[in-house]
Amino acid sequence: MFPNKQTADNLLEAAQVAEVRGRSLWRDAADRFLKNKAAVGALITLILIGIFALFGDLIAVWNNEEIDWGIMGQIAQKGAPSIANGHYFGADELGRDLYSRTVQGTRISIMVGVVGSVIAVVVGTLYGAVAGYFGGRIDNIMMRIVDILMAIPFMFVLILMLVIFGRSIFMLFVGIGLISWLDMARIARGQTLNIKNKEFVEAAVATGVRPFTIILRHIVPNLLGIVVVYATLLIPGLILTESFISFLGLGVQEPNTSLGALISAGAGQMQYGVIWQLYFPLFFFLVTLFAFFFVGDGLRDALDPKDR
Amino acid sequence: MYSYIARRLAVAVPTILVLIIISFILMHSAPGGPFNSERPLPPQVLANIEAKYGLDQPLWKQIVTYVWNVVVHFDFGPSFQYKDRTVNDVIAQGFPVTLTYGFWSFIIAVGVGVSLGIAAALRHNSWLDYLAVGFTIGAQALPNFVMGPILILVFTLWLGLLPGGGWNGGQWNYVIMPVIALSTSYMASIARITRSSMLEVMNSGFIRTARAKGLPMNRIVLRHALKPALLPTLSYLGPAFVGMVTGSVVVDIYFSTGGIGQYFVNSAFNRDYSVIMGITILVGVLTIFFNLVVDILYAWIDPKIRY
Repeated sequence: MFPNKQTADNLLEAAQVAEVRGRSLWRDAADRFLKNKAAVGALITLILIGIFALFGDLIAVWNNEEIDWGIMGQIAQKGAPSIANGHYFGADELGRDLYSRTVQGTRISIMVGVVGSVIAVVVGTLYGAVAGYFGGRIDNIMMRIVDILMAIPFMFVLILMLVIFGRSIFMLFVGIGLISWLDMARIARGQTLNIKNKEFVEAAVATGVRPFTIILRHIVPNLLGIVVVYATLLIPGLILTESFISFLGLGVQEPNTSLGALISAGAGQMQYGVIWQLYFPLFFFLVTLFAFFFVGDGLRDALDPKDR
Repeated sequence: MYSYIARRLAVAVPTILVLIIISFILMHSAPGGPFNSERPLPPQVLANIEAKYGLDQPLWKQIVTYVWNVVVHFDFGPSFQYKDRTVNDVIAQGFPVTLTYGFWSFIIAVGVGVSLGIAAALRHNSWLDYLAVGFTIGAQALPNFVMGPILILVFTLWLGLLPGGGWNGGQWNYVIMPVIALSTSYMASIARITRSSMLEVMNSGFIRTARAKGLPMNRIVLRHALKPALLPTLSYLGPAFVGMVTGSVVVDIYFSTGGIGQYFVNSAFNRDYSVIMGITILVGVLTIFFNLVVDILYAWIDPKIRY
């Protein structure tokens, strides 16, 4: 029937390719995200910053705690950024290498943001889903508690806690964790109110699934889209919070550092002609924040059902 | 309306109590008392001092006394660090300063932010709109502790126009930089929120009707569009207020203006618990009160809220 085997093969191949592939909602969202140039650019920037934070110290000549005695005391003259002496970003006021300090600061700042965001996702989503699912008086009491906690100026309470229980990264995580879940709980509750009236939840109730299983199996997975968006947008906010506290000198303590602490140190030294101590940390700080904002925005456009 | 206000008050009052109790318990659970020093005091002296400050009482009684003093007498007790000053003295000294630049920052953030947002929305997709959008995105990542150093770098070190710090009784050139540092990022957020809600309102049906009737543009904007468009902005003012109060800490530290933020951080380093607590409570009460005002305004503008 066919003139030759070649054509038959081609036809067969074409038939296989033309087979319609199922498109999941996640794939749709991924396509939408990839079309957004700003978001993709920001994502690439973010990956580069992640590589910098994780592996940046591999190419560092100086360790972040090492003091370069040769230039100490003459930072303004000898500590400027140079490839030759290994201080790519220059040296700080004690003669430590600013490059490896920036790597370390970026790492800690991002870590604080991500950990806080994870706490927010876990606690906030479950809290909001439980409140929204049960509704009625339970909902009322749970959300009233959130309202009350939200009305408290948390930065001050956080500083109070850091003073009382000692300044440590662990306390910082606890404090930031305490603040960060509130918004997430509200968002998750709002979405849950929507979802719990859908047929599949009704079906689960009708077949006798226990409430907590419904929440974990049926509600939480459907919240994920919006939760991911807000978690991404939460990270820069938390980085700002941490930097704020470290800027005041109450957050991350020496020998650890964070971008906020580095900016604070750089800002304190800028009148001595060592301006690189400010602009390298500041550059990474701003770029990281922008990247998270744009990725979050892109994710919101891709995932948030409100805008579809 | 009155029952709405009563309901909001019914939430606000326990919130303040919770805040006071939380901070008191936090303070009480701190390891080491305020009078533990390098050289231990003789037990009799220590007992006398603790009796003077009421620290020998059971916890619940201390809390009740503290709450009573704060609520009824506005008395936050003595400073633990400076024997000759009370917390009230510290607040009386720092608070007017904070209030001055905070007030101006708030006025400028709201005034400029709202005007910019409305102008950008009315000239949608013009150079003004792009400028406003660019500004709001840029300022989002420029919080006050980044603005502070940049401002000092430009205006004090490069241009030499403005003094780099101090207060000098609130002379105008000492106020400018704190106000800019504090207001910029909130101005940007307000402009962004106002712009997007104004765009939404201007595209809605009732505005089209008003235009079809042939109303002049400024009348449409002022009489019809402004009120609904400002609702989201209004609800943002609560968080903005909290942010500015918090930001005042950085401004005080950075520009040495001598507001409560400076005392707050100094006491945080000195473990002067009563001052920290006093300021925390003061700020908390202010915040809650401000949110209350915003809520009431909101209900006044949008009757649907009163439910």
